Amino acid sequence: MIVNEKIAIDHGLNKDEYKKICELLKRTPNITELGIYSAMWNEHCSYKSSRLHLKKLPTKGKQVIQGPGENAGVIDIGDNDAIVFKIESHNHPSFIEPYQGAATGVGGIMRDVFTMGARPIANLNSIHFGSSQHKKTKNLLRGVVHGIGGYGNCMGVPTIAGQTSFDSSYNGNILVNAMTLGLVKKDKIFYSKAAGLNKPVIYVGSKTGRDGIHGASMASASFDDKIEEKKPTVQVGDPFTEKLLLEACLELMAGDSIIAIQDMGAAGLTSSSIEMASKGNLGIEINLNKVPCRETNMTPYEIMLSESQERMLIVLENGKEEQAKKIFDKWSLDFAVIGKTTKSKKIELFFDSEKVADIPVNTLVENSPMYDRKWKKAKLPKKNKINKDDINNLKIIEVLKKILANPNICSKEWIWQQYDHTVMGDTIQKPGGDSGVVRVHGSNKAVAASVDSSAVYCWAHPLTGGKQVVCESFRNLISVGAKPVAITNCLNFGSPENEENMGEFVECVQGIGEASSYLKFPVVSGNVSFYNQTKDQGIKPTPSIGGVGLIKDYTKMITMDFKEIDNVVLVIGKTEGHIDQSLFARVVLDEKNGPPPEINLFNEKNNGETLLKLIDTNLIKSAHDVSLGGIITAVSKMCIKSNKGINLKKPKYLISEIEYFFAEDQGRYIIEISKKDQKKVIDILNKNAVHYDELGTINENMLFLNEKTKVTIDELKEFNTKWLKEYMSN
Amino acid sequence: MKSAVITFPGSNCDRDMDVALKKFGFKNKMVWHQDVELPKSDLIVLPGGFSYGDYLRCGSMASKSKIMQSVINFANSGGMVMGICNGFQILVEAGLVPGVLLRNKYLEFICKNVFVKISDKDNAYFKNIKNNVLELHIAHNEGNYFCTNDQLKEIEDNSQVAINYCNNEGKIEQPFNPNGSIKNIAGIFNKKKNVLGMMPHPERMIDSSLSGEDGSLFFKNLLNNIK
Repeated sequence: MIVNEKIAIDHGLNKDEYKKICELLKRTPNITELGIYSAMWNEHCSYKSSRLHLKKLPTKGKQVIQGPGENAGVIDIGDNDAIVFKIESHNHPSFIEPYQGAATGVGGIMRDVFTMGARPIANLNSIHFGSSQHKKTKNLLRGVVHGIGGYGNCMGVPTIAGQTSFDSSYNGNILVNAMTLGLVKKDKIFYSKAAGLNKPVIYVGSKTGRDGIHGASMASASFDDKIEEKKPTVQVGDPFTEKLLLEACLELMAGDSIIAIQDMGAAGLTSSSIEMASKGNLGIEINLNKVPCRETNMTPYEIMLSESQERMLIVLENGKEEQAKKIFDKWSLDFAVIGKTTKSKKIELFFDSEKVADIPVNTLVENSPMYDRKWKKAKLPKKNKINKDDINNLKIIEVLKKILANPNICSKEWIWQQYDHTVMGDTIQKPGGDSGVVRVHGSNKAVAASVDSSAVYCWAHPLTGGKQVVCESFRNLISVGAKPVAITNCLNFGSPENEENMGEFVECVQGIGEASSYLKFPVVSGNVSFYNQTKDQGIKPTPSIGGVGLIKDYTKMITMDFKEIDNVVLVIGKTEGHIDQSLFARVVLDEKNGPPPEINLFNEKNNGETLLKLIDTNLIKSAHDVSLGGIITAVSKMCIKSNKGINLKKPKYLISEIEYFFAEDQGRYIIEISKKDQKKVIDILNKNAVHYDELGTINENMLFLNEKTKVTIDELKEFNTKWLKEYMSN
Repeated sequence: MKSAVITFPGSNCDRDMDVALKKFGFKNKMVWHQDVELPKSDLIVLPGGFSYGDYLRCGSMASKSKIMQSVINFANSGGMVMGICNGFQILVEAGLVPGVLLRNKYLEFICKNVFVKISDKDNAYFKNIKNNVLELHIAHNEGNYFCTNDQLKEIEDNSQVAINYCNNEGKIEQPFNPNGSIKNIAGIFNKKKNVLGMMPHPERMIDSSLSGEDGSLFFKNLLNNIK
């Protein structure tokens, strides 16, 4: 096939990009070469629209061992232990084929982590669906949950936390973000940088098939009416093979034969070989006839662009081939020497004794396009004038029931009960809390992780929203007693070619950067997913933040269930009564405009750090951050978790009860303390200039409001738990 | 006391079982599925997981692996063999315990704490255990125990039912049955009661920071019984 501009455009490249390729090569590429360029230069692999802005994120810190640029980020947790972690999107494939899309998303992110020598110890996910009324939502939700469970459960890695939301902006583009944490010894981390000449390049894992060809290109385009035709671009997962691959790789890594290792993820053999060569400033020569293939008559083009799962590429020390092969034979996995490193700084491919590609590596990586896309700054919306008479007539308990049953607040037990969250025997905080927590096996330490996003806030004002998500992640870690260490981000947006969507991206990234820099909560890994868009309709901007924190003594971990009757409940942080963009505004007032709650980074840091101090001195019995639904929703969830009640009283404030209880002001936590410690706690809060209100005391099983109205916790629980179960059983 | 845990390709609770057995004083060895001989042991454990990916039928391929002939011989000569979760499925497929394990009634994987009533204490596994009800943890997709009426009669006549799903008071009723198992059966013995297959994972309940501690009761008692 003779390559021309039209074929290049069919590959998702534009005219200028095609011209640039011809100039760089000083000739017309052949079809295999064109395929390689299109795979490396698409948005998903090249970050061409985002690179410029991502550079501004803070990525360094005392505990950061590896920031962005490797398969995953790495942080130091002391005693020669390190945590490897990353979040990644699998949005486009999950909409087309929910089970396989979600499953291979989980498989892919676990590979990114064990490629670095770490055994995966926890999975998390952030999944977003269209309106519950939309005809596709139920099946997509079921498929995605089964897919995530199917893969993670089989791998024997606990899924410890997650987030699920419903919003009509995802009707045509669901989001599936998967995150994995792995544990590794600090001196046994593996990287993808090739080194040395004439070193064998080894292919291990599953055979290469025709699945997933152009998956990365598909993920770099908007959807149209013909998305069903894209099914063949979705990869098919085999968690059993991945479990074998995990064990085999870790066994090989225990020795000293690996120079570099890289999983074959997006753009398969193409991107893995090129990344290793590029980082090592070397060339790689591959004989494609040696690549283990699942199907007959596969062409070089297909072999290079297949996204078949469960495959790895390794650069090995000379003479270690036999020893390495034994390990992969033991685990019944393919092992093939397919090439070698060269000094040519080119990627050279041979097939049937013919050279089928000859490309300088730098033209694929350093010379890949980078765009400074046009973007529009978002204005801060004007505050809504809420009619006080209207809201003051509302019955708080009735509103509370409605909010607890809302799809975005209700219990997600139906989802997380389908994920094995206890395998590996170290899960000390299960899903349903503020963060999932797993022990560092055999030690006193534990690692907490949470995944958060607030698309509504980001949509209303991207800069504030970006900051808010980082702060929420910070709070979720602190609520379980963990010191926040670092984050990974998955940036899900519409088309970068649309100025408004691009503006949302730029300003969310700016907000994330500001907050993570202030909170000393650096970004160590991440992924960008653009084109979450069907025709002209983009999703709400949805940056997902995966936060990781450390608990030095796991016996000090905090959970959110109330512990003891008569204990005192306080709210830390000031309540101003911010109702705009709250769940209350949307669900009860049907009001979608207005600014999101303001972020005060000083208060966030001060309130959080003060709470950590209180936890460390054993003064806190339970804690929970205040987020969607405000104080009364947070308190109710603590009641529901413990089957205990509370005598709740609004402190004397100028704002109304409704505003006090449902406002979504930031930087707040609910804490439970024992009466005898009250003075001590209040002294510490005052000394640190942390605002607090006393909310009430814990009782047996009722929520009493201002001694007037009451509701049983059983009833609240019923409202909180039934919606999702009923929805999924109909 | 010596134990051995078999690792099949796709086993993923083998380490957890190793940790638990050692914690309570067993000298445990890990055995690879392609080995032919078992180390000298008082107890053989087939752990949970997804042996061979649960492709074909759960446990069926593992039941044909090399080491299983030795496990079957060991069981037939009266040795103690315990299969947990996928290990139970392998025991069923190997014919060491009666019945089959079908897909859960609601067609979904379930991971949660359950209560089980110990239905028979006249055996080496539960003899002397003080509690009648244990809180254990399940995590499976195919734990729906089924057998023919004739088999059921035989199982009951021989008191081969080990544990049944129940509530915290020991009531064995349908609402407490998580997966649709016939008669709420969560675990059964072979005729001689030296082989035990059960869906719940005692190894996940071995300290107070985890989902609970009733697994500790089980292992401590087991060790004392074998001593």
